Amino acid sequence: MRLTNNKPVWWGWTLSLAILLVIVCLFSLGVGAVHIPLQKVLVLLTRGRGTPEYTILFAVRLPRILLGLAVGGGLAIAGVMLQGMFRNPLVEPYTLGISGGAALGVALNIVAGNAARFGLFSLPVSGFLGALGIISLVYLLGTRKSMVKLSRLLLIGVMVSFITSALIMLIMAMTKVEDLQGIIFWIMGSLQEPNTALIGAILCISLSGLIISLMLSVNLNALSLGEEEAFHLGVRVERLKKILFLLASFITGCCVSVTGIIGFVGLAVPHAMRLLVGGDHRIVIPTSYLAGAIFLILCDTLARVAMAPMELPVGVITGLVGGGLFIYILSGKGSSF
Amino acid sequence: MGKSMMLEINGLSCGYGKRVVLHGVSFTIKRGEFVGVIGPNGSGKTTLLRAITGLLRPFEGTISLEGRETHEIARQELAQKVAVVTQLPDAAPPFSVEEFVLMGRVPHWGRFQLLETQKDVEKAESAMALTGIAYARDCRMGELSGGEQQLAFVARALAQEPRLLLLDEPTAHLDIGHQGKTMDLLRQLNKEQSLTVVVVLHDLALASLYCQRLILLHQGRLRKIGPPKRVLTKELVEEVYQTTVKVMQTPGRGRPIILPRAG
Repeated sequence: MRLTNNKPVWWGWTLSLAILLVIVCLFSLGVGAVHIPLQKVLVLLTRGRGTPEYTILFAVRLPRILLGLAVGGGLAIAGVMLQGMFRNPLVEPYTLGISGGAALGVALNIVAGNAARFGLFSLPVSGFLGALGIISLVYLLGTRKSMVKLSRLLLIGVMVSFITSALIMLIMAMTKVEDLQGIIFWIMGSLQEPNTALIGAILCISLSGLIISLMLSVNLNALSLGEEEAFHLGVRVERLKKILFLLASFITGCCVSVTGIIGFVGLAVPHAMRLLVGGDHRIVIPTSYLAGAIFLILCDTLARVAMAPMELPVGVITGLVGGGLFIYILSGKGSSF
Repeated sequence: MGKSMMLEINGLSCGYGKRVVLHGVSFTIKRGEFVGVIGPNGSGKTTLLRAITGLLRPFEGTISLEGRETHEIARQELAQKVAVVTQLPDAAPPFSVEEFVLMGRVPHWGRFQLLETQKDVEKAESAMALTGIAYARDCRMGELSGGEQQLAFVARALAQEPRLLLLDEPTAHLDIGHQGKTMDLLRQLNKEQSLTVVVVLHDLALASLYCQRLILLHQGRLRKIGPPKRVLTKELVEEVYQTTVKVMQTPGRGRPIILPRAG
């Protein structure tokens, strides 16, 4: 009797990506305006307390890396869940209007002058409230008689997305130039976040999201066969759809409200991982999380150093690098697209 | 009654939204039977299957499995007893054959179980061997032909270790060789493992040759239930299908074969 063959392969992928993530983190810790070589990073990590380099590592670079890990991983698994549930490869975490809602909340906040009054912390709060508002709206409109109709949910999400971007344009057209810059910078996305408590919170949410989505991965496999098939395999389909939608939306809303709109991670990382490891969500979810984290940390490092001392918007880098890389992967391998 | 009864349907009315498709259907199926469901397009065959699996809630009437009403049985428990082979989807599932067949084991898994056990692998293995699809276990489902995919779907249903197997037109889109192979397999499972089989069929010849009893549906009502030679009569078939036919007998066991009469 031959044991099913894919488990060692699964461990292999997970382990290699985890090692790669550690390498990328160490690399990202080292490079920047002040270059710190790798041996020194390791020394500083263990006993460098008090030196200026230590401060740079722990107060500036490490929080940024952790945020990159949380957001990159979070957006990637949100993308996996939504693509699996909708059985649509074009769905990504922003398709359902969540990013638009967050951006609208932030834009309103900036225009109303609250950011100046209550400090920078009010930006993520307003973004999160905006995202929550849109999630509830899409959810309420998308469900009927407590049944979630997926095609309806998707269409409503796309429409709500259009409406929010129209409203944001309206706000931007009517706003002062100083505020305009604030809105645009927020929308372009950045991993610059001074509040370490917030970073800790996002990291916790993102990691819990990873654990919960792993728990759901077997049912998500069944659901990716179709709702009727999943039902026949004993899955409580209506409940599962609601949990998946709310979980993916919540993770996305949290990520977006802290970092702004960082595109591409949630769309392409899941695809790349499916090409690499197959369609089973038990392996697609953890590898996507790792790959999303690696990808975003790398892009952010590039954004910091490419045109230093000027910092590029990380959303631009993810789009350029990721898009190019993905087209290369697609044309290289015998993919199904 | 009792133990030997597999499925008992009483006064079932069922449909979609406000549209009633089935009107007061009643019948019983004993353990180990091989029953075919036939009828014209839109007569309610698939709806009947969906009502039995619980996908559709009955408007009226009851459906009992082994003496218990199905809507009182938890989803997962029901999936341990009833397996369904639906019509082939347009897009092949994004899994390898082995992964796909292993998913039939999911109803038997614990709540937070993520990995299959050795037993699951063995069950999937023997289901693939029985259906003769084991040679393709590492192929992606999308690489298989229609007939092979159909066998993989049957294998997944077998891995579920059901007591009742429901199939919705398993021979549609198959050539005559694969049709026979699929139906032979069902008969073998029915005989050797005393699996109760309920199969929706469009092909009246297959229905006549393989089924012990036939359920003939017409406009959402049960028109006739009984052995093929009582159901597939010239009068009944002409009335229900609104066409003129010729009835022949197979040599030997004398099963009726319906031939269309060319205009």
